[in-house]
Amino acid sequence: MSADSLFRSLAAAQQNVSIEFEGQPLSVPDKVSLAAALLASGLRHTRESAISGRPAAPYCMMGVCFECLVQVDGQANVQSCLVPVRAGMRVRRQCGAAALVPVGEVSDE
Amino acid sequence: MSDVAIDLIIIGAGPAGMSAALEARAHGLSVAVLDEQASPGGQIYRQVLQADARSRAVLGADYSAGAKLAADFSQCGARYLPNAAIWQVTPQREVHYLVEGRARILQGRHLLIATGAFERPMPMPGWALPGVMTAGAGQILLKSAAMVPAGPVVLAGCGPLLYLLAVQYLRAGVAVEALVDTSQGRDLLKAWRTIPGAMRGWRDLLKGAGLLVELKRAGIRHFRGAGNLRIEGNDRANALSFVSGGQHHRVSAELILLHQGVVPHTQISRSLRLEHDWSESQLCWVPRRNGVGETSAAGIYIAGDGGAIGGAQVAQLEGRLVAATIAGQRNRTRLIQKALGRARAARPLIDALYRPPAQSCVPADDVMVCRCEEVSAGDIRRYVDLGCLGPNQTKAFGRCGMGPCQGRQCGLSVTQIIAAHRHVPPAEVGYYRIRPPLKPITLAQLAGESHSLEELS
Repeated sequence: MSADSLFRSLAAAQQNVSIEFEGQPLSVPDKVSLAAALLASGLRHTRESAISGRPAAPYCMMGVCFECLVQVDGQANVQSCLVPVRAGMRVRRQCGAAALVPVGEVSDE
Repeated sequence: MSDVAIDLIIIGAGPAGMSAALEARAHGLSVAVLDEQASPGGQIYRQVLQADARSRAVLGADYSAGAKLAADFSQCGARYLPNAAIWQVTPQREVHYLVEGRARILQGRHLLIATGAFERPMPMPGWALPGVMTAGAGQILLKSAAMVPAGPVVLAGCGPLLYLLAVQYLRAGVAVEALVDTSQGRDLLKAWRTIPGAMRGWRDLLKGAGLLVELKRAGIRHFRGAGNLRIEGNDRANALSFVSGGQHHRVSAELILLHQGVVPHTQISRSLRLEHDWSESQLCWVPRRNGVGETSAAGIYIAGDGGAIGGAQVAQLEGRLVAATIAGQRNRTRLIQKALGRARAARPLIDALYRPPAQSCVPADDVMVCRCEEVSAGDIRRYVDLGCLGPNQTKAFGRCGMGPCQGRQCGLSVTQIIAAHRHVPPAEVGYYRIRPPLKPITLAQLAGESHSLEELS
């Protein structure tokens, strides 16, 4: 766990995985939700609101408040408290409302 | 379609959903259980099957008691679909859900909504700052990730969960900076005597008192009758200020956990346009149900805290009652109903003791109420002054309730603020009209939606 984190782990041995956050590598605890992993790594805010741009962070941890929205592997508005963390995940803060993908970039998949 | 439908679809794998699945399987029904979490247990028994000895010691006996239920459920032969985000449920008992980004549909002959509760909103100045979370969130981090506060933490509000979390933190060796209790210091005995059926609630009363004794023995600063709560900080929380005993207090902490009870999670029942009533004793909406848990829509049932707050024991019995009813087991339903009567006896007392103070349900003008669209209590009162009658109209006035959470975090506050400002009962004000999608779904996922029958055969 990071020294900046509001939380520490009770577990004797913590396994970590590497993800990417805002383009930078980040080592986070494994086998927890993405929101828990981000909190453990000392990130204080994980979203900037669509209205005022205020910084926001996971609040309810159970899928109700939608304060923990992030982008995962290009998908906008993912509830990070409901997604298990996975090695290699590319995560970005959800800043403002999700942008529509320009027509030319829509894939056929 | 009916010849390929499942006998009973259950939404939610908490105490109510797991018990209903066990009962239904015992009577030979085909059962599918969809759940938003990755493992069974609901929030109360979250990750109970994975918990090690240390976690169980910290979380206590009531938590560990869920392990047997979850283990039995895992073995019962119900089709279990974890990590399922349900985005639509139809009156024809079709459940539309997303698993791993794929959209699927299940068709049931009967449907049980067992989606439990979430924490009552506790709007106050600064509650949207990073560093402020719910006590439930703190407990979920403890149960699901063995994470505890690293530095000073303040717990504020009222209700059994707040005391329980404080005790669990104590057992884990976490220093709780202060417990800021908003309950009004009512005379316990007086409340006990005036409430019908309360004599049978003594066990729960003692459990609550036992937690308080444990906190007192540990020397935690416990402020009672606290009001005017305000979280301080610019872009993150750094203190909680409040008034208690006629004195102004300020406690520094970067982590502040709020709680003032739980309320039924009615997003699905609302989206189905089921009948709901305002409960004055629990200060929330409750879906209308008959004596066996069936709602105003035939074949659609609700069990557990999603119907009215009753706790885990009541939830298990209600889940069993629904399944036994569907299976036509008359003797069994009578037995369960008797047990339910006993299990529910303490509830009026608990409701009265932990009733949240009006001030923290109906906040001052400067408090943000809708966190998604950043609408304040003052904004809502201005809408009312301009002729806004209820929550649905606040959407047109200022997008209140129209953000990603779809009113889950603000709905109850908005109803109560409008009712108080109009001087009418909450029932007259009503609630948001909830529409699918209940969870985010992309157009591509929607376009690829298919029935999941082949997976079940």
